[in-house]
Amino acid sequence: MKHLLQRWPFLRQLTGARADGEAAMTSHTRALRPRTADAQIARSVCPFCAVGCGQRVHHDGQRILAIDGDPESPINQGTLCPKGSASHQLLTHDRRLTRVRYRRPGGRDWEDLPLDRAMDMIADRIWDSRARNWVDERDGEPVRHTTAVAHLGGATLDNEENYLLKKLLTAGLGVVNVSNQARI
Amino acid sequence: MPGLGASFGRGGATTAQQDLQNADCVLIQGSSMAEAHPVGFRWVVAAKERGATIIHVDPRFSRTSALADIWAPIRAGGDIALLGGLIRWILEGERYFREYVVHYTNASCLLAEDYVDAEDNGGFFSGWDPEEGQYDTTTWRYELDDTGHPRRDPSLTHPRTVFQALRRHFARYTPDVVAQVAGIPEPLFLRIAEALAGASGPDKTAAICYAVGWTQHSKGVQIIRAAAILQLLLGNIGRPGGGIMALRGHASIQGSTDIPTLYNILPGYIDMPRHGHGEATLDGFVNREKHPEGWLHNEGKYVVSLLKAFYGRHATRDNDFGYGFMPRITGDHSHFAFFTDMRDGGVEGLLCIGQNPAVGGQNARLERMALSKLRWLVVRDLVEIESANFWKEGPEIERGELRPEDVRTEVFLMPVAGHAEKEGAFTNTQRLLQWREKAVDPPGDARSDAWFVHQLAKRLIARAHQEQNPRDAALRALDWWYPEDAHGDPDMEAVLAEINGWHTDPASHPDGVVHGVDRDGAPHHGGQVAGFTELAADGSTASGCWIYSGVFGPDGKNRAKGRDAKGPLGHGWGYAWPADRRILYNRASARPDGAPWSERKKLVWWDDAQGAWVGDDVPDFPKDKRPDYEPAPGATGVDAHPGDAPFLMHDDGLGHLFATSKVKDGPFPTHFEPIESLVRNALYPVDVNPAVDRVLRPDNRYAAHGDPRFPYVLTTYRLTEHHTGGGMSRFLSHLAELQPELFVELSPELAAALGVDNGGVVAVVTARGAVETRALVSRRMRPIRLGDGALVHQVALPFHWGSAGPVRGDVANDLIAISKEPNVKIHESKALLCDVVPGPMPRGAAFAPWFSRWSAATSEETP
Amino acid sequence: MIGDGKDSTNQRENTFVADGTTVGFLTDVTLCIGCKACEVACKEWNGVPDDGYVFTGQSYDNTGALSGSTWRHVQFHELDAPAGREGGGAAPPDDLGWLFYSDVCKHCERAGCLEACPTGAIVRTETGGVFVQDDVCNGCGYCVVGCPFGVIGRRDADLPGGGGAYKCTFCYDRQKGGGGPACAKACPTESIRFGPLDLLRAEADRRVDTLHARGVTGATLYDPRDTSVGGVHALSILVGDPERYGLPRAPEVPSTRLLRSWLSAGLTTAAMLAITALAFALAAR
Repeated sequence: MKHLLQRWPFLRQLTGARADGEAAMTSHTRALRPRTADAQIARSVCPFCAVGCGQRVHHDGQRILAIDGDPESPINQGTLCPKGSASHQLLTHDRRLTRVRYRRPGGRDWEDLPLDRAMDMIADRIWDSRARNWVDERDGEPVRHTTAVAHLGGATLDNEENYLLKKLLTAGLGVVNVSNQARI
Repeated sequence: MPGLGASFGRGGATTAQQDLQNADCVLIQGSSMAEAHPVGFRWVVAAKERGATIIHVDPRFSRTSALADIWAPIRAGGDIALLGGLIRWILEGERYFREYVVHYTNASCLLAEDYVDAEDNGGFFSGWDPEEGQYDTTTWRYELDDTGHPRRDPSLTHPRTVFQALRRHFARYTPDVVAQVAGIPEPLFLRIAEALAGASGPDKTAAICYAVGWTQHSKGVQIIRAAAILQLLLGNIGRPGGGIMALRGHASIQGSTDIPTLYNILPGYIDMPRHGHGEATLDGFVNREKHPEGWLHNEGKYVVSLLKAFYGRHATRDNDFGYGFMPRITGDHSHFAFFTDMRDGGVEGLLCIGQNPAVGGQNARLERMALSKLRWLVVRDLVEIESANFWKEGPEIERGELRPEDVRTEVFLMPVAGHAEKEGAFTNTQRLLQWREKAVDPPGDARSDAWFVHQLAKRLIARAHQEQNPRDAALRALDWWYPEDAHGDPDMEAVLAEINGWHTDPASHPDGVVHGVDRDGAPHHGGQVAGFTELAADGSTASGCWIYSGVFGPDGKNRAKGRDAKGPLGHGWGYAWPADRRILYNRASARPDGAPWSERKKLVWWDDAQGAWVGDDVPDFPKDKRPDYEPAPGATGVDAHPGDAPFLMHDDGLGHLFATSKVKDGPFPTHFEPIESLVRNALYPVDVNPAVDRVLRPDNRYAAHGDPRFPYVLTTYRLTEHHTGGGMSRFLSHLAELQPELFVELSPELAAALGVDNGGVVAVVTARGAVETRALVSRRMRPIRLGDGALVHQVALPFHWGSAGPVRGDVANDLIAISKEPNVKIHESKALLCDVVPGPMPRGAAFAPWFSRWSAATSEETP
Repeated sequence: MIGDGKDSTNQRENTFVADGTTVGFLTDVTLCIGCKACEVACKEWNGVPDDGYVFTGQSYDNTGALSGSTWRHVQFHELDAPAGREGGGAAPPDDLGWLFYSDVCKHCERAGCLEACPTGAIVRTETGGVFVQDDVCNGCGYCVVGCPFGVIGRRDADLPGGGGAYKCTFCYDRQKGGGGPACAKACPTESIRFGPLDLLRAEADRRVDTLHARGVTGATLYDPRDTSVGGVHALSILVGDPERYGLPRAPEVPSTRLLRSWLSAGLTTAAMLAITALAFALAAR
């Protein structure tokens, strides 16, 4: 009965004794700890705008447990905006794509397609469009390009990815229709 | 980029976000920084807490204005009138920083006699070619002395000095004109002017922040040029708390310009070779522009090193280092150029990686229609965005304008790795490369974009070897050596090593080799170069992007990965190009004699005892070049600059009030009206920037001046709670619930005139398209009263919604025209004309007849 | 202040739980930029579900109110003058202001919810926070009427965890690991501060003085200590009347009336208490 009275919140507050709160805690509450307590941390950077906030990605090697601001960053010093704060949901929400979706010409819906098969087909498409529309020279001066294939995107990619894209598309394939979000 | 590049030498923000806290005044214009860059705004709030005055100039009272000391509502598109007014006020009131201006800018340089200013020629500078609709810029130059250097008058009194030319150019930009054009009354203008000028001088600095609110105009580069002139006059470049902070909107938009997925430049801002310009040979290309003096004297080294990075051992002295493999550009191959071409059936296939043109593209309806004309389309994204499912759920399907069975586009929608599921570096808005570690594997078939390019490259190169077609010589020569892991992902640090650059001979500098073995286990290259000063033009070095050289040197330390911030500018955390300089042109933080301008504003100064520039940043200057250095006759490169020339990229080492190169629509900024405007140009007989390309076509119409169907000004903006086209925000419940629906902001005055209640449904209509939206009525939007008493109603629209995902809405970019600013081919989304119609918009087949009221051309359509 | 970075109490590791240090929030409207990072960071860390996609038309506030599925709520107040300078007849364009206030559980010194809870689900933590134990709460809702601030709420039945009573946990789990609440950690301008309550109270007094000196004469500290609530652990620096923010000027713990009658009418009250205690004992089984 004494224990029960101790748990009665009204009396607990009247006595003002904080330690009494502990008496009323369940074993679950006592065992509480951050879900990131044993996590590994990957040092990362927010993928939204160009402020470049440092992020800590807390993970267990399989799953991402949480993402927060990196306190050591001289730019954001541990803080994040609402979009940066939603980075965990960005990578884990249930509308995220995990399989290749294929739509045939005139098709009314998506179909499945194995990844390797998709890669082969895309390589074929690029190859054929380029071969059909290759301009080798004009007025006796080399042109060596095609304008039948185009690329869009890059401002959300890594520098290294942009480099590989530029190297393959421009220096390798002669694709000159290359653009991204940056026109500033 | 050209706005900053033409003024200072490099197309990047001149400062670091955290340095904004040292400013005594921050002018934010063309940006709602608190909303689009909240964490960057942290440093503006820090400045404010330290006593700085914060000024926000914007048509909309936003979350940025709420924290500012001064909010100046501006008529959209009036920016150059305001900035020009400030320039004039500073010149006439002798409020410029004279010693800085005389020594560090080209104010004292004399202009050639054949240069004619727009003031004296009805709004056109000398060199206008009405046939081509563009300028021949050759008269925008200095008068040279016998040694080939600009003639100078340090007293700034000679009538042909840049200083006097600048003064004359802006003489008519009086407070009355500011009030008339920008709608900012004189008392408010004077508050802004006093706050800015009062924060200038040896002991004080002011910073300017801008974003796409400046760039997305038909004169965007010239607005930025005006800001650059202002900052040079006030002596605010290269100094702590000063500078121009260009706020980019995507994680690596700076990086994707430095290493450009763009048609007209190569990594490190090297131009793409052009057809028909005498650039058929390497020699012709490298010498397309002569730079005997200044840093660009070295460009040949960077070109050859880039070719060596592209083509490896197939790039030899005998074959012009593979220059002949490179494609040539034959015109405009920018986004808008190839999308209009695509709309007309001229493009077969598109790779769309991390971009959503069906929502984020301008005249998005035209862009969706263009996608429907493709034979094949690859979309790589985190979710099923509108650009992938336009054939199924787009507005054109709903309106019956397209039927799925008629759309012949074959679509590959591929899942991608997120930012924590791959490693690599972004370059942020302050030129800072920051490496991300990989946390976990991507789910299912999701792969990094590097994996995609690498696996594609292997397939295509193999086929080129198989078929042995002469067409594919470049593919066969491509040096695709990258080591890969068990998943087939290329080693990203190996790619970074190539970007940094190395000695090409595997036996050379063996101690500094990083990732030196190729996929087949053979030695691939020698030691890393420590920086771009080691690059050579003889094929002995390779570098994929010279400005990044130094990020991954012979010590094997990936500096982009650095996470040990030290000092006020955070050195040791990431790597800022070039050469880890955090504040560019920082030689200007010291007096001409090398001493700091003041104790309060010291950053880099000359230490005579050490015989070197020292301080809190890496000197943006030859480290041991004395402040009193005078070049010997005939010196080349940076050696040709004296010891007080801080802008070393420029041939003359000076900050450019007058742009002698890199700008296509004028050496000085000039106010022009937006392409669509309610008023005539109050300053010149020409209404609109004459060099802009309107891309006029039936599906890209404009409202003509005076067309009563379009009585209001429309401007677009971003919300804090969403990101660009919405693929990374609309699909997340925690963001979608914060801003679930498209809305248009309008003033109580306009709402009353229209009979619209707050929360009511309205349609916003332009000559291109229409959207249905909720009305958000607020005094934060207000009619602008121009100097002559005319009242301009402005409305504002965020643009994040589309037809996919959990929260849907009409596409605001359907309202925008495709137009091409002459320098960067950017559209004008910040100042348009529209109509606002109460009530819901007809959907489905009823849309077209309803919309025809606004889409029908008028006789005076073409201005 | 901004710039303390990793050394600020928002970011650094602490030992407040081990030391039994009473901690608090200090939410400063004069630094808030209305970005809602606190709302998102809270929901992300605590796994709080969205509660519907509703456009309210009330400025930029589509959240509406604190509830069982909203533990931080940023209010948007559009004003006729810059905040704190109202009533001066400001001329355009200075005739408006926009205030953002991130509301949260007050973690009252005497908490009405805790007193009303018949199951013992609500407890006081080592650092003075008021914490709802999900594994005990039976969703009776007494706490909802017991809160003088309208903070705690029962989550809609159709949402994950629906039916139970929820509110800000003060990120008690994070605190136990030596961290601070997710909202304060995320806040880009440090308009939300987390730290020892006595330090925050002293800092709040200094801040109000600073704001007054700058001419923001309407700035006040909201910390109702002279009422039965006895002060709050989530302090706020407000501009203007607390009523603007839906904060009662003199919040009272409902059971206070209970206490007064007990003191004045001994026996009756004792009987009533006994009944209440019996009810509690029954409910706690």
